[in-house]
Amino acid sequence: MPNKTFFWFFLPTGLAMILFIGLPIISTGIQSFYAQHDQVVKEVKKCDPFGCTVSIVVDQEKTSKIREEKPLGKFNGFGTYVDRNHLAIEEIGKFWNETNTFGEFVDQVTNLPFYKALIFTLTYCLFVTPNVLLLGFIIALSLNAVTRRIRGPLIFGTILPMIVTPLVGSLVLFWMIDAEGIIGANLQMLMDDPYLSLKSSKTLTWITIIIYGIWHHSPFAFVVFYAALQTVPQEPVEAAIIDGASRWQRVRHIVLPHIYPVVTFVALISLMDNFRVFEPIIGFSAEGSAQSLSWLIYDNLVNEEVILFGSAAATSMMTIVGIAILLAPVLIRTWKEFRTAR
Amino acid sequence: MKKILISLLFLLFGTSVYADCNIKSGSINILANDFPALRTFVETAKGCKGSADFKVTHSSEHNKIAVPALTANPSEFSARIAANSSIVPLMNQDLIRPLDDLVKKYGKGIQDSQLITIDGKIMAVAFMANTQHLYYREDVLKELGIAVPKTYEEVVAASEKIRASGKMQYPYAAAYKAGWNLAEEFVNMYIGHGGEFFKAGTAQPSINNAKGVATLNMLKKLAGLSNPDYLTHDSEAIKVEWESGNVALMTLWASRSGTLLDDDGDAKITAATKLTGPATVAGGNIPAATLWWDGFTLAKNRSDADAEATFRALAHAAANKKMVADAADQAVWLIEGFKPGPKSIGVIEAVKMKAKPYPMLPQMGLMHGALGSEIVEFLQGKESAEQALKDVEAAYMSKAKEQGFL
Repeated sequence: MPNKTFFWFFLPTGLAMILFIGLPIISTGIQSFYAQHDQVVKEVKKCDPFGCTVSIVVDQEKTSKIREEKPLGKFNGFGTYVDRNHLAIEEIGKFWNETNTFGEFVDQVTNLPFYKALIFTLTYCLFVTPNVLLLGFIIALSLNAVTRRIRGPLIFGTILPMIVTPLVGSLVLFWMIDAEGIIGANLQMLMDDPYLSLKSSKTLTWITIIIYGIWHHSPFAFVVFYAALQTVPQEPVEAAIIDGASRWQRVRHIVLPHIYPVVTFVALISLMDNFRVFEPIIGFSAEGSAQSLSWLIYDNLVNEEVILFGSAAATSMMTIVGIAILLAPVLIRTWKEFRTAR
Repeated sequence: MKKILISLLFLLFGTSVYADCNIKSGSINILANDFPALRTFVETAKGCKGSADFKVTHSSEHNKIAVPALTANPSEFSARIAANSSIVPLMNQDLIRPLDDLVKKYGKGIQDSQLITIDGKIMAVAFMANTQHLYYREDVLKELGIAVPKTYEEVVAASEKIRASGKMQYPYAAAYKAGWNLAEEFVNMYIGHGGEFFKAGTAQPSINNAKGVATLNMLKKLAGLSNPDYLTHDSEAIKVEWESGNVALMTLWASRSGTLLDDDGDAKITAATKLTGPATVAGGNIPAATLWWDGFTLAKNRSDADAEATFRALAHAAANKKMVADAADQAVWLIEGFKPGPKSIGVIEAVKMKAKPYPMLPQMGLMHGALGSEIVEFLQGKESAEQALKDVEAAYMSKAKEQGFL
């Protein structure tokens, strides 16, 4: 496609992207550099059905004046980014000086909310993404090999996990692993441990969420791989069969190279999706044991009675940077291949 | 069919005759939490809407909607049913209006004790009270010869005895779900220990002390006697545990007693479910519980005509002896003419024992939020009580700085 045609073709999408994705990101970025004005409080008498007390309230007259002058708030620069609930630069320096062993230092750092969430998010990405690719590929290969008559229903069954809303899917599993649910109770019997609970242990919660993630995302990889498999040319495969290549050799040397660009595509999408893991944490009520970056943003926006826009915006920006860093190797590789191909 | 029609007609005319508020115009739109007593209250208000436009949103997610919806000008809602804690963000952002004039003009029948005044201005009108208190299984305690616990130390001893008897593995339950619920349990227990959340007159946290440590240790002891999934259990989940007969002692909201004592579920368990006041802790004399009120507030960013119509309708409900008599078992009403029934024992006892109200401080929401996430690791046995409290203070300070409180 000539560049000019492409430009006009892309224009509407591009405009929509700027309007609905670009501008909000810029606005979020700006907000992340601001904090609330200093609160002016005053002591007043408060009375309710249970009696009167002297207590403090925000002085509205003075506050509204300051707010009108500077509606965005107080400029804070990277203040929110480096505070204890985010990158915690100062705290980490202190830990480095105060702790004796490296293990102790790591313990202290991973106790900070942002790093706690980052570690879970990365662990989730690292386990889910490769397994999704592998499982999706195996399923696609196997389904491609079964007779055409039963393929339709099988494909439908396979993509069900993707059709089910993530929240509902995780809730179903949440009830199944309950100490009295079908999986939870059977595990207790199997392990002969009546106190075994998948929800109370941090490690088991992580494993559950990761398995759920693989279950939920594999169909996507499968669908794309299955479509790609349909485009594999039959001649080289037949030639390989005549040459006596085994099934594995055929997959390794003909099928995989052919669908390689698709693998990169699925890996990219999957990494991006997994880095934003959120629904299973809510569905599994796993806030206590597993927090992700997206969950931190959600927490800042809704779990407090006071909405922390600055915190949420800072975490959002760092999530975007995180995704960019994760995707960089794959993107650079694709770019290089694109250049050599030309 | 005929019967239904007659009763329907009766109801229709009954209310219209009864509700003579004479509201001629205006539009009323109410945001409220979702539980039976609030539905009754809003329905009663609706009965006197006259020719005004009347809308209501009942949602358990009310906290998330309130501030954005009331910030808009004109605001989406003309009234918000709030509680001690949820009125604070509305006050912080200056989103609700003083009610003095309206109370003077249309507040006939509202008792002085129902008025929430801040700095001499009436900001809300309360109509019901709530608290968390103890529920116990009379049959189980009797069988094992255990007296009804009055302190949390006795709750622990009783639970251990029940566990040792082999009757129940996890005899105690409370809403320990990580987040708001868990933080609320800490707030209750810490107040029971006589603790203060902030250094007097400032927004500086002061929970990392002996009382804080004792609070955490008591929470951990109780958690050890609860279902191991306690960090995922909210009020609804422990209610289900109770109704399946897995629990003999429980700390739960008074407003949930109605659903525990209704005809649904195992009749034997329902019959043996008894209520008592909140427990004290560590030899203190005030209960380890907080008192809550629910009341209505009016949006500032809304026309005076709408505010007037809304106030008249809600005031009608907030001084309604008939509603209080009809729905006596739904809540502990603060309205004149309320005769407390067996389901209100918890709140009445709590008031008698001089329980403290939930702190109505501008920065309390931030402390509550920090508690909900930072004490989890202590309960899981991953860090010490001192470390957990240090984390809470640090997390709170960062948030408070961002919000301009420090």
